[in-house]
Amino acid sequence: MTTAAGYRFSLPFDEPVEQLEDQIAALRALPDADRMGEELTQLETGRDAMLRKIYSSLSAWDTVRVSRHPSRPQTRDYIKMICRDFRELHGDRQFGDDPAIVCGFGRIGQRKVMIVGHQKGSTTQEKIRCHFGCAHPEGYRKALHKMQLAEKFRLPIVCLVDTPGAYPGMKAEERGQAEAIAFNLREMSRLETPIVSCVIGEGGSGGALGIAVADRVAMLEYSWYSVISPEGCAAILWKVANDETNRSAADALHLTAAQNLKNGLIDDVVPEPLGGAHRAPDRAGEALAAWIDRSLGELEDVPPVTLRRHRYDKFRAMGRVGTVQDDPESA
Amino acid sequence: MSTKPPQTWAEISEAAKRAVPDGTWIHCPACNASLFHRALEANLWVCPECGHHFRLDAVRRIETLVDPDSFEPMDEDLQAVDPLSFVDLKAYPDRIKQARAKTGQRDAVRTGHAYIHGRRVVLAAMDFSFLGGSMGSVVGEKIARACEAAEAGDLPFIIVSASGGARMMESGFSLMQMAKTSAVLSRFHEMGGLYISLLADPTTGGVTASFAMLGDVILAEPGALIGFAGPRVIEQTIRQKLPEGFQRAEFLQDCGFVDRVVARGDLRAEISAIIDYTGK
Ligand SMILES: [Zn+2]
Repeated sequence: MTTAAGYRFSLPFDEPVEQLEDQIAALRALPDADRMGEELTQLETGRDAMLRKIYSSLSAWDTVRVSRHPSRPQTRDYIKMICRDFRELHGDRQFGDDPAIVCGFGRIGQRKVMIVGHQKGSTTQEKIRCHFGCAHPEGYRKALHKMQLAEKFRLPIVCLVDTPGAYPGMKAEERGQAEAIAFNLREMSRLETPIVSCVIGEGGSGGALGIAVADRVAMLEYSWYSVISPEGCAAILWKVANDETNRSAADALHLTAAQNLKNGLIDDVVPEPLGGAHRAPDRAGEALAAWIDRSLGELEDVPPVTLRRHRYDKFRAMGRVGTVQDDPESA
Repeated sequence: MSTKPPQTWAEISEAAKRAVPDGTWIHCPACNASLFHRALEANLWVCPECGHHFRLDAVRRIETLVDPDSFEPMDEDLQAVDPLSFVDLKAYPDRIKQARAKTGQRDAVRTGHAYIHGRRVVLAAMDFSFLGGSMGSVVGEKIARACEAAEAGDLPFIIVSASGGARMMESGFSLMQMAKTSAVLSRFHEMGGLYISLLADPTTGGVTASFAMLGDVILAEPGALIGFAGPRVIEQTIRQKLPEGFQRAEFLQDCGFVDRVVARGDLRAEISAIIDYTGK
């Protein structure tokens, strides 16, 4: 598959599929392609069957790799696909404008909304500018500033999460990375307007949660959401991050959409097109827009005070604890 | 089936004192001085030679901060479960068992009511010696309940943080403790409650990026490491050594994220003064 940056990128488990896709493309390119209908259908059926098989049994680590596919749609792609009349709003009014978080007014379906999302960058230049989706404190402060603007005018907020984590650098520390995230967590818990948040790719730790304290939280089917990246976890708990320990860590962290749903940490899984969002971005956009529309529909008539109480109760209840009485041996 | 009754606070604090035998010499990691254990204890575990603040476990922290015999623990029976059956090089339940045996703590925070210079407060003291003070569901739940107790009693709420961050072995559950504790503090804030956050060495990761940075007043002990990312992670990112003093308490005060750096011996007076200023 050729990426926006113009190079070919293949996930190892996708290679057999891509060989078939190449054959299909070659057949289609022939001058007498219309006489190849039967062969084309056969190849396409074979490809779909192969995709279904591979993508229905992806390991956790392979899911992480799909979530990082360079052709996977990002926040700006989804904005283009699902949003009309987008008016980007820059800056945190305190320090600067972090391109790793994109904010702005937009219309999705019949609704006017505030969009807030991590942007990782498609081209090399954009990736560097966006620090690969790792926001600085001014990014989180920009996000909150625009969310509070939305609250003032009763616009619902749509957050798109796609970050390996908040940026771990000197400037980020000096400008209060921890304070910026903490403050977002506190303030998002009490915003009096509907908030829906979807992990569209990577949901890495506090940097993801910083725009994900929402009334409805979803994950795209092949995204991940966890307290730490598999590599970070492997490096600490397995002492070394390599293909084998990354796989073990990814399994152990229960970071897939299905697992997070089962654990009650998210509300929905948004299905992706066959073979992942990078194969058919427009259909991924349709699924995302449908989820946003349905979720905001459920929330729009809830009084703001009730809305924030429900949001509070939802996060207050999260966690699993036991007592000594459950396990006398541990006394 | 017989369960041992929970220990009383007097027993817990006595056991902690007995853990270090009399006549032990302790090495100061900052100035290399050899210090007599009893002298160090009498000086609140601050090196009399160089002022280095030793890390305190939760029991010692409470003993050095509150009026004698005033601590009334709460939620002592809460303990970790293993919701994800997490196994790395060791199984999570085994790590918990070992941490309990090593520290005598049930998890990485102790909470309760206490008095500081005669002022009634709710206190949460984290314990870095228990799995790096990591925040799992038990830490999040105990902090949340302690905050609710402070709200119910209209009492000042004090958290002493000392943590490497969220507990990986509870993955998403521990991540959500950041949102949970921040939400509970949000409500406390709206009710006009006073929350004093005291940052001890070290306070990093998900704890810093949630309740530790949300204090009405944020105090830090001298030299405490305080940050979002750990120094090693930053060094790997920027591929160079960090300057001396980076992410230390004094640096955070210079950057505007800590109100005051306060020596351990002055903390009781400091906290009671703040309580008095706020009228709580
Ligand atoms: Zn010393």
